[in-house]
Amino acid sequence: MVTFIIRRVIQMVIVLLGATFVLFACLFVLPGDPIASLAGSERARDPAVAAELRQRYNLDDPLLVQYGAFVWNFAHGDLGEDYAQRRPVNEILGPKVVNSAKLAGVAILIDVALGIFAGIIAAVLRYSFWDVFITLLTTIAIGFPVFVIGLLLQQTFALQFGVLPLFGMNDGIKSYILPATTIALVDAALVARLMRGTLLEVLRADYVRTAIAKGLPRRTVLSRHAMRNAVIPVLTYLGISFGGFLSGALITEAIFNWDGIGLALVVAIQQQNNPIIVGIVAYSVVIFVVINLIVDLAYAALDPRIRLS
Amino acid sequence: MTQLVGQELATGTTAPTTPTDEEQRRAGQWRDIWHLFTRNRLAIVGLVLVAVLFLTAALAPLLTSYDPYDQDLTNTLAPPSGDHLLGTDPLGRDQLSRIVFGSRIAVIVGLASILLSTVIGVIFGAMAGYLGRGWDTVIMRVADVFFAFPLLIGAIVIILMLGRGVLPVILSLAIFSWATVARLLRSSILSTREADYVMAARALGGTGWRLVTRHILPNSFAPVLVFATFNVGVAVVAEASLSFLGVGVKADVPEWGNMIAVGRGYVGTSDYLWLFPSIAVVLTVLGFVFVGDGLRDALDPKLR
Repeated sequence: MVTFIIRRVIQMVIVLLGATFVLFACLFVLPGDPIASLAGSERARDPAVAAELRQRYNLDDPLLVQYGAFVWNFAHGDLGEDYAQRRPVNEILGPKVVNSAKLAGVAILIDVALGIFAGIIAAVLRYSFWDVFITLLTTIAIGFPVFVIGLLLQQTFALQFGVLPLFGMNDGIKSYILPATTIALVDAALVARLMRGTLLEVLRADYVRTAIAKGLPRRTVLSRHAMRNAVIPVLTYLGISFGGFLSGALITEAIFNWDGIGLALVVAIQQQNNPIIVGIVAYSVVIFVVINLIVDLAYAALDPRIRLS
Repeated sequence: MTQLVGQELATGTTAPTTPTDEEQRRAGQWRDIWHLFTRNRLAIVGLVLVAVLFLTAALAPLLTSYDPYDQDLTNTLAPPSGDHLLGTDPLGRDQLSRIVFGSRIAVIVGLASILLSTVIGVIFGAMAGYLGRGWDTVIMRVADVFFAFPLLIGAIVIILMLGRGVLPVILSLAIFSWATVARLLRSSILSTREADYVMAARALGGTGWRLVTRHILPNSFAPVLVFATFNVGVAVVAEASLSFLGVGVKADVPEWGNMIAVGRGYVGTSDYLWLFPSIAVVLTVLGFVFVGDGLRDALDPKLR
């Protein structure tokens, strides 16, 4: 297990170096001069000021030197200064990361609870009305893009019924419901389908038949024997789907005016504020890769067959 | 496809002996796939939706009576009526024309980006799976790097570099989706290359290129084809999402994401602005998902 962890961590570091390099190379050859879009651009037209600014942000160094400095600082948790407010990127993004994480946390709860619950119902009551209903609903839900779901929820629950806030984050738990559901809904449909499939497969396994044969109540068979094994693929799926989650959060935050890193990214793109863009993308990549590592390790811990191969 | 041949033999179809029989057998294989495909009712629905999408895109000028770019500032935000079946937008442009012409962007971006990512993914996946060893490690690590970017976020980075437009959107989506294809094909090849018929071909003196193209690839390809079909839908959503965020195709281009972005400002007042393009996106995605589902069931019963 220890060698497995070490091997995966080394792999992760290589992937992170590669990914940050791709990111950095792309933004380095970006057309347009970030200095020109700096706050106070009137002053920036003065060549002396512009040169000083370029110096300040190391824009004149070659790509590899800039990248090396970036990786060094990033490894120390320092993402540099942004162009618009001239404040440390970490200071700007810190509270936004917290806001996004809170929203994502609620979204994952909704996703897992809804998906697993619907999946179990469909599998246990196979071919019943509820199974058909859930399968049909989850099939159709897959076709709905995040922004369509967001607008539909806004229209229905905020404007039509007026029970939930249209956007913003000042209404406590109420303000979480619509955006979190927007992020979670499609993924919950996929979780439900996966849960149904794996549970049906597990329910046919010999050890489940044995458990039933020795007279255990259905509920115990389900929770102690079947679910334990059926939940493993769902767990792996959640790791993979986290990337979709981040993309979904980006759009959701823009729709609901949620003061997180998604909205910050959209604003930074309009301002050509590269340090913020680099910071947010780098954070997303790190979070995504680390979550996949955790899922891999959890998977290996839960299923001994993985470690052996 | 392996299973299909096996099935055929099991149900007593004659084994091929002459070239004409070989042709017949192939035709029979496709007939079987078609038969399995059409047994799935949703797959038929999907096929109809996709056909309607392609026809709309091809015949766009014939289906509309207004130019999608024509502004009529005296008739803005008109609700659906006999003149403008789906109403007009804040610049007085006909919504129906814009939705109909928007199908072209969806078709072009969806097909081109998936074609590109499939070609790249197949080449690298086949190399990793067949050559193995060092090639495998290097290619799969590179794939991991691209896999580490959430699709939209990676695509935005590329578009920032290349600028907005149809081509940058296609490229950016392809760059961040080939890695999955490569992974799929690689694992599929790893399992087929150990199969008995590949061993047999090798024993008969089949070498490298011929083994890959004649025996391994055709039998590893089903998952890739299914994935590609699903992914056209994913690409259509991603493209609309990019435009919705203001980083996709240019803002005045008739495109569904652009239209929904405009309609976003009129939620609750002029809902038809975002509702109709949303329906177009949803039906398009569902079409490809249903066809993908049907293909999966028809090509490889094992995947079900």
